[in-house]
Amino acid sequence: MPKAATRQKTQTKTTESSTNGAGNAHSKKSESNDGAAVTDSVNPKVSQSEHKERRQSQKSSIKNVEPELLGEMLYQMVLGRIFEQKCAEVYRIGKIGGFCHLYIGQEAVGVGSMMALKAGDFVISAYRDHVQAMVAGMKPEAVMAELYGKEGGVVKGKGGSMHMFSKEKNYFGGHGIVGGQIGVGTGMAYAQKYKETDNVTLCFFGEAAVNQGMFHESLNMAQLWKIPCIYICENNQYGMGTSQKRAMSISSVAQKAEAYGMANEFVDGMDVLAVREATLRAIERARKDNLPTLLEIRCYRFMGHSMSDPGKYRTTEEIKKYQERDPIFLFRQTLTEAKIISDKDYEEIENRAKEATDKAVKFADESPLPNEKELFTDVYA
Amino acid sequence: MAVLTIRDALNQALREEIIRDENVFIMGEEVAEYDGAYKVTRGLWKEFGDKRVVDTPITELGFAAVGVGAAMAGLRPVIEFMTFNFSILAADQIINHAAKMLYMSGGQFKVPIVFRGPNGSAYQVSSQHSQALEAFYANFPGLKVVMPSTPADAKGLLKSAIRDDNPVVFLEQERMYGIKGEVSEDPEFLIPLGVADVKREGTDCTIVARSMTVPLAMQAAEQMQKEFDVSVEVVDPRTIKPLDIDTIVNSVKKTNRLIVVEESHAFASVGAEISHQVTERAFDYLDAPVKRISTAEAPMPYAKNLEELALPDVPKIIAAIKEVCYL
Repeated sequence: MPKAATRQKTQTKTTESSTNGAGNAHSKKSESNDGAAVTDSVNPKVSQSEHKERRQSQKSSIKNVEPELLGEMLYQMVLGRIFEQKCAEVYRIGKIGGFCHLYIGQEAVGVGSMMALKAGDFVISAYRDHVQAMVAGMKPEAVMAELYGKEGGVVKGKGGSMHMFSKEKNYFGGHGIVGGQIGVGTGMAYAQKYKETDNVTLCFFGEAAVNQGMFHESLNMAQLWKIPCIYICENNQYGMGTSQKRAMSISSVAQKAEAYGMANEFVDGMDVLAVREATLRAIERARKDNLPTLLEIRCYRFMGHSMSDPGKYRTTEEIKKYQERDPIFLFRQTLTEAKIISDKDYEEIENRAKEATDKAVKFADESPLPNEKELFTDVYA
Repeated sequence: MAVLTIRDALNQALREEIIRDENVFIMGEEVAEYDGAYKVTRGLWKEFGDKRVVDTPITELGFAAVGVGAAMAGLRPVIEFMTFNFSILAADQIINHAAKMLYMSGGQFKVPIVFRGPNGSAYQVSSQHSQALEAFYANFPGLKVVMPSTPADAKGLLKSAIRDDNPVVFLEQERMYGIKGEVSEDPEFLIPLGVADVKREGTDCTIVARSMTVPLAMQAAEQMQKEFDVSVEVVDPRTIKPLDIDTIVNSVKKTNRLIVVEESHAFASVGAEISHQVTERAFDYLDAPVKRISTAEAPMPYAKNLEELALPDVPKIIAAIKEVCYL
């Protein structure tokens, strides 16, 4: 498909209005990777040069962010990683039941976008939600206890892995029906506009949800009615065991926004600062003019779809290539080179995350099972 | 008191609740500028404007979801389905999202939303536009299901549904929008959900009817009184979920006979549920097997004679009364 013919004004506008280095770099990437040019394999040479370019842009863009926030972002990513590794460990010994979808490899997406929000903003997501729940402010103890099906869990043991909720933290849940939350998120943002707040909603979903009717119904209404919803497609390139190229007639998710006249960006999901900046641009558009945005944030899950996934549909080489661009490694390197953190600081971050995770496991272990009365509470208000 | 049609009683309920609570809005296909496909929302858009009365694209799953999200965020949406047949497209939102949100969020997120519109048959609109879906929705914990049969019930129940903190499936009937009756003009006139109404007292036989089958049961009862001196009690549960089974059981204990008349198909229907619960709680009081009259076990045909054959009617109810009374 010739790219000139398919790009419309909204995208051009978005690209032009990008003010900082990282944004431009990724918008350019979006142009060059448009349409059929986006593939599911990584050319190591291109990957390495992009890697360098991103690190350059990260270096320039970290000036815009408070060092404390940068440290907190790194901590959240490390905590997410260590917490999820622990989940895998305790799942294998039967402490966690049911489905368990891990976020390992995708930390930059949740951290970069959610930490750009302000008080009163809403978040809704799909079922890969443990780490996002913690970024939203839920305690690791309560998240782990939920995974254990215990009384001390964020929803009292009624939801499990896929259904982390916190009204206090404005986290409207992890949801288990692929794409169902896209319309619900649209409605949350609809309410924000109705109540005349300047708040926005971040609505997360995977690229496989884009093939559901709900994605298209939602984007149409959001642009038609000017709803301040930011649609974040976490494109980890696989819907369970089916690669994007086996499920989607075109390779670009971002491009689909063009059909609705919606602003969109392609973002490198291995680069937490690029995610942050793209989200900030979308947030500004939403706060000022109630305009929605679709962000396609390309990432990669290093683990299987869920704990029960043998992962036979991907090659070890492919996984390794992406692991070379590990978002935590990349961010740490950037912060180290910019002298924002030292090796000792990183060690400390890791230790804090390990301690928090161990504390979470201890709490979950000791938390009682839900009272049997709970079976029938909260059915009706 | 004023005499209103069910259509206008519903309109009045919506109008009063929109005025009372700034978080109430109505959304659906053709509800605003067109004045509603069945004119239930007539005049509301002119009076309240775009914010409170919202026309949607034909996107049932999408606007049902917008309603669910808005309700979670503190609004009280009323979502109109042009007919409940179209709600099947939105069933994922009603069943997988609205019904379970409070529970799976551990009691944190209420979903105060009303899904309303006509349910059941109309006049010769054939298979895809004639379904009665109350048993389908009543099967899921977390949903309330309401079916009014008079203008007063329609108004009082809709107002209660809008004020309820749970998702409510509010089932109207296209054939009944023109039925007239006395309706209170008090803006605080409410009928609580979950309370049955004895529409006609009697001693020989109980008919449990809902929505469109209530006027049919009333006609049959009058006829039986006149022609056979049989005294029929007609109980209208008004709310299918929660079901006021006590009122039904008490009536059966008095009359010792039960007929359930419904517009849905018989298999796994609300009538089957009522029949089971009565058997469980009043088995020793029954002098005849519980009888059900439901719509024929076939998709609704278009031809007028076949449609009439498929639906419950007065002669079918009279035959059932005679059967359980051994006449």
